Amino acid sequence: MNLSLEGRTYVVMGVANKRSIAWGISQALHDAGARLIFTYASERFEKPVKDLATTLDRQDSLFYECDVTDDAAINATFDQIQQDVGTIHGLAHCIAFAKREELNGEFVNTSRDGFLLSQNISAYSLVAVARAAQPLMTEGGGIVTLTYLGGERVVQNYNVMGVAKASLDASMRYLANDLGKHGIRVNAISAGPIRTVSAKGVGDFNTILKKIEEESPLRKTVSQEEVGDTAYYLLSDLSRAVTGEIIHVDSGYNILGL
Amino acid sequence: MADTFERVKKIVVDRLDVEESKVTMEASFKEDLEADSLDVVELVMELEDEFDTEISDEEAEKIATVGDAVNYINSTL
Repeated sequence: MNLSLEGRTYVVMGVANKRSIAWGISQALHDAGARLIFTYASERFEKPVKDLATTLDRQDSLFYECDVTDDAAINATFDQIQQDVGTIHGLAHCIAFAKREELNGEFVNTSRDGFLLSQNISAYSLVAVARAAQPLMTEGGGIVTLTYLGGERVVQNYNVMGVAKASLDASMRYLANDLGKHGIRVNAISAGPIRTVSAKGVGDFNTILKKIEEESPLRKTVSQEEVGDTAYYLLSDLSRAVTGEIIHVDSGYNILGL
Repeated sequence: MADTFERVKKIVVDRLDVEESKVTMEASFKEDLEADSLDVVELVMELEDEFDTEISDEEAEKIATVGDAVNYINSTL
């Protein structure tokens, strides 16, 4: 089995800064020999992504703006990628958003507006992006998205984002079924809490981290690099018979009952 | 005290890409240094790393100026 990703091109969506899980995934793919294509939500993120990419050994990365709330923008981005590189071999979808005030307190107070916003950016975007990427994945490949335990069970303060992750998980399974005939596998990584800018938006995040350290079977929190290595597995041929799956990279926390 | 300010200043200059001279104790992150809400979260995380401390959500919300950050950090050292 050739584990190298040499000669392959992967799209990574959602690198915001050096702490982003998307950046951990980028580094793992890069170190395995892949060429990277980065997409960013708006001009706000252009410089941070480009600055980070200068630290990579390979300097042939490409960068595209892609607003995932806009179908025309998604199509335009992937059309451009197709023109510029032709085939892609996989994609990492690392995008989510919720109103900060709704990541605190009680879920029952979630606004209609906030609910739909988080569904739109955090779940529907995977559907739209998978549809746009499929024609470029002429050799098959993998799509990976990032989910969280809060979509399967109640996690304090995760609230509206948990419901969006449940929707993302189900979307991932339906996409896996649709795209399987094209040789495209769709999977999710449920990472344990990691100190990213997004996670900081969840109320009382430092307490959540401590709990993982004290109670998870491995007694440690997980790193961006560890999630990156699982993404590498899911985007490589090692996982060629795995699709529609959620892999928990969480020091085993999800197996615990009381 | 001065040392804390210098360390905070370095982080602010690096993160926000602003002139050193603009980073005074009185400078407001949002108004004077043009930080958006994401910048502020990033800054708080950088400060937590630099000073090996934890800044709670409530405390972070009270930090509006460079001086607020410096004073808060000094109070925890």
